[in-house]
Amino acid sequence: MPRVKVARKSTAIDMTAMCDVAFLLLTFFILTAKPKVEDPSKAEVPPSSKEVTIPEDNVLMISIGKGGKIFLGFSGNDVRTEALKTMGEKYGTSFTPAELNKFANTEIFGVPMKQMKQFLNTPSDQMKNFAQDGIPADTTINNELSQWILTARQADRALHGKDFSVAIKGDRLQEYPSVNTVLSVLGHQKLFKYDLITTLRAAPKK
Amino acid sequence: MAELDTSGGGKHKGGKVRSKKASTRVDLTAMVDLAFLLITFFMFTTTLNKPKAMNLAMPDNSVPQSNLPVAETRTMTILLGSHNKIEWYMGLPGKSAPTVDGYGPNGLRKALIENAKQVESTHAAPDNYMIVLIKPSDKSTYENLVATLDEMSITGVKSYAIVKILPIEVEALKSQGNY
Repeated sequence: MPRVKVARKSTAIDMTAMCDVAFLLLTFFILTAKPKVEDPSKAEVPPSSKEVTIPEDNVLMISIGKGGKIFLGFSGNDVRTEALKTMGEKYGTSFTPAELNKFANTEIFGVPMKQMKQFLNTPSDQMKNFAQDGIPADTTINNELSQWILTARQADRALHGKDFSVAIKGDRLQEYPSVNTVLSVLGHQKLFKYDLITTLRAAPKK
Repeated sequence: MAELDTSGGGKHKGGKVRSKKASTRVDLTAMVDLAFLLITFFMFTTTLNKPKAMNLAMPDNSVPQSNLPVAETRTMTILLGSHNKIEWYMGLPGKSAPTVDGYGPNGLRKALIENAKQVESTHAAPDNYMIVLIKPSDKSTYENLVATLDEMSITGVKSYAIVKILPIEVEALKSQGNY
Protein backbone atom coordinates (compact mmCIF):
# COMPACT_ATOMS: atom_id res chain seq x y z
CA MET A 1 0.00 0.00 0.00
CA PRO A 2 1.39 3.34 -0.84
CA ARG A 3 1.90 5.67 1.99
CA VAL A 4 0.00 8.93 2.03
CA LYS A 5 2.57 11.61 2.29
CA VAL A 6 1.64 14.63 4.35
CA ALA A 7 2.98 17.74 2.80
CA ARG A 8 5.40 19.40 5.18
CA LYS A 9 4.63 23.03 5.80
CA SER A 10 7.33 25.50 6.54
CA THR A 11 7.30 26.72 10.14
CA ALA A 12 8.76 30.07 9.18
CA ILE A 13 6.38 33.01 9.35
CA ASP A 14 6.59 36.28 7.54
CA MET A 15 7.97 38.63 10.11
CA THR A 16 8.11 41.80 8.05
CA ALA A 17 4.99 43.34 9.60
CA MET A 18 6.01 42.42 13.11
CA CYS A 19 9.43 43.89 12.52
CA ASP A 20 7.86 47.10 11.24
CA VAL A 21 5.68 47.48 14.31
CA ALA A 22 8.53 46.65 16.66
CA PHE A 23 10.76 49.30 15.19
CA LEU A 24 7.98 51.86 15.13
CA LEU A 25 7.45 51.32 18.85
CA LEU A 26 11.15 51.34 19.45
CA THR A 27 11.52 54.69 17.71
CA PHE A 28 8.65 56.09 19.76
CA PHE A 29 10.16 54.98 23.06
CA ILE A 30 13.63 56.21 22.16
CA LEU A 31 12.34 59.63 21.19
CA THR A 32 10.16 60.04 24.25
CA ALA A 33 12.79 58.75 26.68
CA LYS A 34 14.19 61.35 28.99
CA PRO A 35 17.32 60.70 30.98
CA LYS A 36 16.49 60.53 34.62
CA VAL A 37 18.17 63.21 36.64
CA GLU A 38 19.72 62.01 39.83
CA ASP A 39 18.51 64.12 42.70
CA PRO A 40 21.43 64.87 44.98
CA SER A 41 19.10 65.89 47.80
CA LYS A 42 17.82 62.30 48.07
CA ALA A 43 14.57 63.63 49.45
CA GLU A 44 11.96 60.99 50.14
CA VAL A 45 8.67 62.65 49.34
CA PRO A 46 5.58 62.17 51.49
CA PRO A 47 2.40 60.65 50.08
CA SER A 48 -0.82 62.52 49.41
CA SER A 49 -4.05 61.77 47.58
CA LYS A 50 -3.85 64.74 45.20
CA GLU A 51 -3.48 64.03 41.53
CA VAL A 52 -2.24 67.31 40.14
CA THR A 53 0.73 66.81 37.83
CA ILE A 54 3.43 69.41 37.90
CA PRO A 55 4.21 71.18 34.64
CA GLU A 56 6.94 69.66 32.48
CA ASP A 57 9.02 72.72 31.87
CA ASN A 58 9.52 76.18 33.28
CA VAL A 59 9.70 74.90 36.82
CA LEU A 60 11.83 76.15 39.65
CA MET A 61 12.22 73.34 42.11
CA ILE A 62 13.50 73.64 45.62
CA SER A 63 14.45 70.39 47.28
CA ILE A 64 14.86 70.09 51.00
CA GLY A 65 17.00 67.06 51.62
CA LYS A 66 18.08 65.22 54.72
CA GLY A 67 19.61 67.50 57.30
CA GLY A 68 17.77 70.51 55.91
CA LYS A 69 20.14 70.94 52.97
CA ILE A 70 18.56 73.05 50.29
CA PHE A 71 18.98 72.25 46.62
CA LEU A 72 17.78 74.26 43.68
CA GLY A 73 16.96 73.33 40.14
CA PHE A 74 15.39 75.36 37.39
CA SER A 75 14.69 74.61 33.77
CA GLY A 76 16.37 76.14 30.74
CA ASN A 77 20.06 75.78 29.90
CA ASP A 78 20.26 79.41 28.77
CA VAL A 79 18.54 80.56 31.95
CA ARG A 80 21.07 78.67 34.04
CA THR A 81 24.02 80.18 32.17
CA GLU A 82 22.60 83.67 32.56
CA ALA A 83 21.78 83.15 36.23
CA LEU A 84 25.27 81.91 37.06
CA LYS A 85 26.83 84.89 35.30
CA THR A 86 24.73 87.32 37.31
CA MET A 87 25.35 85.42 40.54
CA GLY A 88 29.08 85.48 39.82
CA GLU A 89 28.95 89.24 39.50
CA LYS A 90 27.03 89.57 42.75
CA TYR A 91 29.41 87.37 44.70
CA GLY A 92 32.61 88.52 43.02
CA THR A 93 33.52 85.37 41.12
CA SER A 94 33.89 85.10 37.39
CA PHE A 95 33.31 81.86 35.58
CA THR A 96 35.00 80.52 32.49
CA PRO A 97 32.87 79.49 29.48
CA ALA A 98 33.63 75.85 30.31
CA GLU A 99 32.31 76.33 33.82
CA LEU A 100 29.22 78.12 32.55
CA ASN A 101 28.62 75.27 30.14
CA LYS A 102 29.00 72.72 32.90
CA PHE A 103 26.53 74.61 35.05
CA ALA A 104 24.06 74.86 32.15
CA ASN A 105 23.96 71.07 32.10
CA THR A 106 23.58 70.70 35.84
CA GLU A 107 19.90 70.14 36.46
CA ILE A 108 20.00 70.49 40.22
CA PHE A 109 22.67 71.78 42.55
CA GLY A 110 23.17 72.57 46.19
CA VAL A 111 26.48 74.27 46.82
CA PRO A 112 27.25 77.66 48.34
CA MET A 113 28.74 80.22 45.97
CA LYS A 114 32.12 79.80 47.68
CA GLN A 115 32.27 76.19 46.56
CA MET A 116 30.69 76.71 43.16
CA LYS A 117 33.99 76.91 41.24
CA GLN A 118 35.29 73.79 42.91
CA PHE A 119 31.99 72.02 42.23
CA LEU A 120 32.00 72.92 38.55
CA ASN A 121 35.61 71.81 38.11
CA THR A 122 34.89 68.37 39.49
CA PRO A 123 35.05 65.78 36.69
CA SER A 124 31.64 64.45 35.68
CA ASP A 125 32.32 60.95 36.95
CA GLN A 126 33.15 62.23 40.42
CA MET A 127 30.20 64.63 40.54
CA LYS A 128 28.12 62.02 42.35
CA ASN A 129 30.58 61.82 45.21
CA PHE A 130 30.89 65.57 45.64
CA ALA A 131 29.44 66.37 49.03
CA GLN A 132 26.99 69.18 48.38
CA ASP A 133 26.36 71.22 51.48
CA GLY A 134 23.15 72.84 50.36
CA ILE A 135 22.51 76.46 49.50
CA PRO A 136 22.75 78.71 52.56
CA ALA A 137 19.40 80.16 53.52
CA ASP A 138 17.76 81.84 56.46
CA THR A 139 14.60 83.81 57.09
CA THR A 140 16.15 87.19 56.35
CA ILE A 141 15.39 89.05 53.14
CA ASN A 142 18.86 88.72 51.69
CA ASN A 143 20.52 85.34 51.58
CA GLU A 144 22.06 83.12 48.95
CA LEU A 145 18.94 81.10 48.25
CA SER A 146 16.79 84.16 47.75
CA GLN A 147 19.46 85.68 45.48
CA TRP A 148 19.48 82.52 43.39
CA ILE A 149 15.72 82.44 43.07
CA LEU A 150 15.57 86.11 42.23
CA THR A 151 18.35 85.86 39.63
CA ALA A 152 16.81 82.79 38.04
CA ARG A 153 13.42 84.44 37.81
CA GLN A 154 14.89 87.58 36.30
CA ALA A 155 16.84 85.54 33.75
CA ASP A 156 13.75 83.56 32.80
CA ARG A 157 11.75 86.75 32.42
CA ALA A 158 14.44 88.38 30.28
CA LEU A 159 15.11 85.39 28.05
CA HIS A 160 11.71 83.78 27.68
CA GLY A 161 9.26 86.28 29.10
CA LYS A 162 7.81 83.57 31.32
CA ASP A 163 7.40 83.10 35.03
CA PHE A 164 8.55 79.99 36.80
CA SER A 165 6.07 77.85 38.63
CA VAL A 166 7.52 76.99 41.99
CA ALA A 167 7.68 73.41 43.19
CA ILE A 168 8.84 72.30 46.61
CA LYS A 169 10.13 68.83 47.22
CA GLY A 170 10.76 68.00 50.81
CA ASP A 171 12.03 64.98 52.65
CA ARG A 172 9.17 63.49 54.61
CA LEU A 173 11.01 63.35 57.91
CA GLN A 174 12.47 66.82 57.67
CA GLU A 175 11.39 68.99 60.57
CA TYR A 176 9.26 72.04 59.94
CA PRO A 177 11.77 74.91 60.56
CA SER A 178 13.66 74.21 57.32
CA VAL A 179 10.39 74.14 55.39
CA ASN A 180 9.47 77.40 57.07
CA THR A 181 12.78 78.93 55.93
CA VAL A 182 12.05 78.10 52.31
CA LEU A 183 8.47 79.35 52.58
CA SER A 184 9.57 82.65 54.09
CA VAL A 185 12.28 83.13 51.43
CA LEU A 186 9.63 82.66 48.77
CA GLY A 187 7.21 84.84 50.70
CA HIS A 188 9.69 87.73 50.70
CA GLN A 189 9.68 87.55 46.90
CA LYS A 190 5.90 87.57 46.83
CA LEU A 191 5.66 84.02 45.63
CA PHE A 192 2.69 82.53 47.37
CA LYS A 193 1.61 79.65 45.20
CA TYR A 194 3.55 76.43 45.29
CA ASP A 195 3.29 72.85 44.19
CA LEU A 196 4.31 70.45 46.89
CA ILE A 197 5.67 67.35 45.23
CA THR A 198 4.23 64.17 46.68
CA THR A 199 3.81 60.57 45.72
CA LEU A 200 0.36 59.34 44.96
CA ARG A 201 -1.63 57.49 47.57
CA ALA A 202 -5.01 56.07 46.70
CA ALA A 203 -7.70 58.56 47.60
CA PRO A 204 -9.75 57.31 50.53
CA LYS A 205 -13.47 56.89 50.27
CA LYS A 206 -15.38 59.51 52.11
CA MET B 1 11.16 31.60 3.46
CA ALA B 2 13.65 32.74 5.99
CA GLU B 3 16.57 31.08 4.39
CA LEU B 4 18.37 31.84 1.24
CA ASP B 5 17.81 29.43 -1.53
CA THR B 6 21.04 27.59 -1.98
CA SER B 7 19.91 24.69 -4.08
CA GLY B 8 22.51 24.57 -6.71
CA GLY B 9 21.86 25.74 -10.16
CA GLY B 10 23.44 24.34 -13.21
CA LYS B 11 22.31 20.80 -13.81
CA HIS B 12 20.77 21.93 -16.99
CA LYS B 13 21.74 19.66 -19.70
CA GLY B 14 21.75 21.60 -22.84
CA GLY B 15 19.16 24.24 -23.45
CA LYS B 16 19.49 27.76 -22.19
CA VAL B 17 21.40 28.59 -19.06
CA ARG B 18 18.99 30.52 -16.94
CA SER B 19 20.27 32.92 -14.36
CA LYS B 20 19.15 31.68 -11.00
CA LYS B 21 16.76 34.01 -9.19
CA ALA B 22 17.92 34.41 -5.62
CA SER B 23 15.26 34.82 -2.98
CA THR B 24 15.10 38.35 -1.55
CA ARG B 25 13.85 37.12 1.79
CA VAL B 26 16.07 37.55 4.78
CA ASP B 27 15.73 35.93 8.15
CA LEU B 28 14.20 38.60 10.35
CA THR B 29 14.01 36.61 13.57
CA ALA B 30 17.18 37.99 15.10
CA MET B 31 16.28 41.54 14.17
CA VAL B 32 12.83 41.25 15.71
CA ASP B 33 14.35 39.75 18.83
CA LEU B 34 16.67 42.69 19.18
CA ALA B 35 13.93 45.21 18.48
CA PHE B 36 11.70 43.78 21.17
CA LEU B 37 14.55 43.63 23.62
CA LEU B 38 15.20 47.33 23.09
CA ILE B 39 11.50 48.15 23.31
CA THR B 40 11.31 46.38 26.64
CA PHE B 41 14.34 48.31 27.87
CA PHE B 42 12.96 51.69 26.87
CA MET B 43 9.53 50.88 28.19
CA PHE B 44 10.90 50.09 31.62
CA THR B 45 13.20 53.06 31.77
CA THR B 46 10.61 55.68 30.84
CA THR B 47 9.05 57.08 33.95
CA LEU B 48 5.40 56.46 33.46
CA ASN B 49 4.22 58.03 36.67
CA LYS B 50 5.21 61.66 36.65
CA PRO B 51 5.59 63.28 40.05
CA LYS B 52 2.30 64.37 41.52
CA ALA B 53 1.93 67.56 43.41
CA MET B 54 -0.48 69.33 45.69
CA ASN B 55 -1.11 73.01 45.44
CA LEU B 56 -0.49 75.29 48.34
CA ALA B 57 -1.31 78.95 48.43
CA MET B 58 0.02 81.08 51.27
CA PRO B 59 -1.53 84.40 52.20
CA ASP B 60 0.30 87.51 51.05
CA ASN B 61 1.74 88.82 54.29
CA SER B 62 3.53 91.82 52.80
CA VAL B 63 0.45 94.03 52.65
CA PRO B 64 -1.45 94.84 55.80
CA GLN B 65 -4.93 93.53 55.38
CA SER B 66 -8.14 94.49 57.02
CA ASN B 67 -8.90 91.94 59.65
CA LEU B 68 -12.31 90.52 59.09
CA PRO B 69 -14.15 89.77 62.27
CA VAL B 70 -14.63 86.04 62.44
CA ALA B 71 -16.52 84.25 65.14
CA GLU B 72 -14.04 82.38 67.28
CA THR B 73 -16.41 79.46 67.50
CA ARG B 74 -15.90 78.89 63.80
CA THR B 75 -12.16 78.42 63.96
CA MET B 76 -10.48 75.14 64.57
CA THR B 77 -6.77 75.22 65.37
CA ILE B 78 -4.60 72.20 64.68
CA LEU B 79 -1.24 72.04 66.39
CA LEU B 80 1.22 69.67 64.79
CA GLY B 81 3.41 68.15 67.47
CA SER B 82 6.17 65.61 67.53
CA HIS B 83 5.86 61.81 67.22
CA ASN B 84 3.08 62.15 64.60
CA LYS B 85 0.63 63.56 67.11
CA ILE B 86 -1.69 66.49 66.71
CA GLU B 87 -3.68 68.57 69.15
CA TRP B 88 -6.72 70.51 68.14
CA TYR B 89 -9.14 72.86 69.77
CA MET B 90 -12.01 75.12 68.78
CA GLY B 91 -11.97 78.85 69.42
CA LEU B 92 -9.31 80.78 71.30
CA PRO B 93 -6.16 79.20 72.71
CA GLY B 94 -6.01 78.42 76.40
CA LYS B 95 -9.76 78.38 76.94
CA SER B 96 -10.30 74.69 76.47
CA ALA B 97 -7.79 71.90 76.73
CA PRO B 98 -6.73 70.71 73.30
CA THR B 99 -7.68 67.22 72.21
CA VAL B 100 -4.76 64.95 71.41
CA ASP B 101 -5.29 63.03 68.21
CA GLY B 102 -3.43 61.17 65.50
CA TYR B 103 -3.42 61.46 61.75
CA GLY B 104 -5.57 59.31 59.56
CA PRO B 105 -9.20 58.42 59.04
CA ASN B 106 -10.07 57.90 62.71
CA GLY B 107 -8.09 60.82 64.07
CA LEU B 108 -7.85 64.13 62.31
CA ARG B 109 -10.32 63.34 59.53
CA LYS B 110 -13.06 62.33 61.93
CA ALA B 111 -12.46 65.44 64.05
CA LEU B 112 -12.55 67.68 60.98
CA ILE B 113 -15.79 66.23 59.69
CA GLU B 114 -17.49 66.37 63.08
CA ASN B 115 -16.37 69.92 63.80
CA ALA B 116 -17.37 71.12 60.34
CA LYS B 117 -20.85 69.66 60.87
CA GLN B 118 -21.14 71.28 64.24
CA VAL B 119 -20.04 74.69 62.97
CA GLU B 120 -22.44 74.40 60.07
CA SER B 121 -25.38 73.65 62.32
CA THR B 122 -24.68 76.39 64.87
CA HIS B 123 -24.02 79.31 62.51
CA ALA B 124 -26.19 81.05 59.95
CA ALA B 125 -25.49 80.69 56.24
CA PRO B 126 -23.52 81.80 54.25
CA ASP B 127 -20.87 82.27 56.92
CA ASN B 128 -21.19 78.85 58.39
CA TYR B 129 -18.09 77.15 57.07
CA MET B 130 -15.28 76.19 59.36
CA ILE B 131 -11.96 78.00 59.29
CA VAL B 132 -8.94 75.86 60.05
CA LEU B 133 -5.62 77.19 61.28
CA ILE B 134 -2.71 74.82 60.85
CA LYS B 135 0.13 75.53 63.24
CA PRO B 136 3.15 73.34 62.72
CA SER B 137 5.51 73.27 65.67
CA ASP B 138 9.27 73.04 65.21
CA LYS B 139 9.13 69.38 66.09
CA SER B 140 6.65 68.38 63.42
CA THR B 141 7.85 66.97 60.12
CA TYR B 142 7.17 67.94 56.53
CA GLU B 143 5.17 64.76 56.14
CA ASN B 144 2.87 65.87 58.95
CA LEU B 145 2.23 69.16 57.17
CA VAL B 146 1.50 67.45 53.87
CA ALA B 147 -0.76 64.91 55.60
CA THR B 148 -2.70 67.74 57.26
CA LEU B 149 -3.07 69.65 53.99
CA ASP B 150 -4.19 66.43 52.37
CA GLU B 151 -6.89 65.97 55.03
CA MET B 152 -8.10 69.51 54.21
CA SER B 153 -8.70 68.52 50.61
CA ILE B 154 -10.22 65.16 51.55
CA THR B 155 -12.70 66.66 54.00
CA GLY B 156 -13.33 69.65 51.73
CA VAL B 157 -12.42 72.38 54.20
CA LYS B 158 -12.92 75.61 52.27
CA SER B 159 -10.80 77.92 54.29
CA TYR B 160 -7.49 77.04 55.88
CA ALA B 161 -4.13 78.64 56.44
CA ILE B 162 -0.70 77.79 57.77
CA VAL B 163 -0.01 80.07 60.71
CA LYS B 164 2.96 80.54 63.00
CA ILE B 165 2.59 78.75 66.29
CA LEU B 166 2.14 80.82 69.47
CA PRO B 167 4.28 80.27 72.59
CA ILE B 168 1.18 79.42 74.62
CA GLU B 169 0.41 76.65 72.14
CA VAL B 170 3.94 75.30 72.33
CA GLU B 171 3.41 75.12 76.09
CA ALA B 172 0.20 73.19 75.54
CA LEU B 173 2.04 70.72 73.35
CA LYS B 174 4.83 70.43 75.90
CA SER B 175 2.47 69.78 78.79
CA GLN B 176 0.98 66.81 76.96
CA GLY B 177 4.37 65.48 75.91
CA ASN B 178 4.03 66.19 72.23
CA TYR B 179 6.89 68.59 71.74
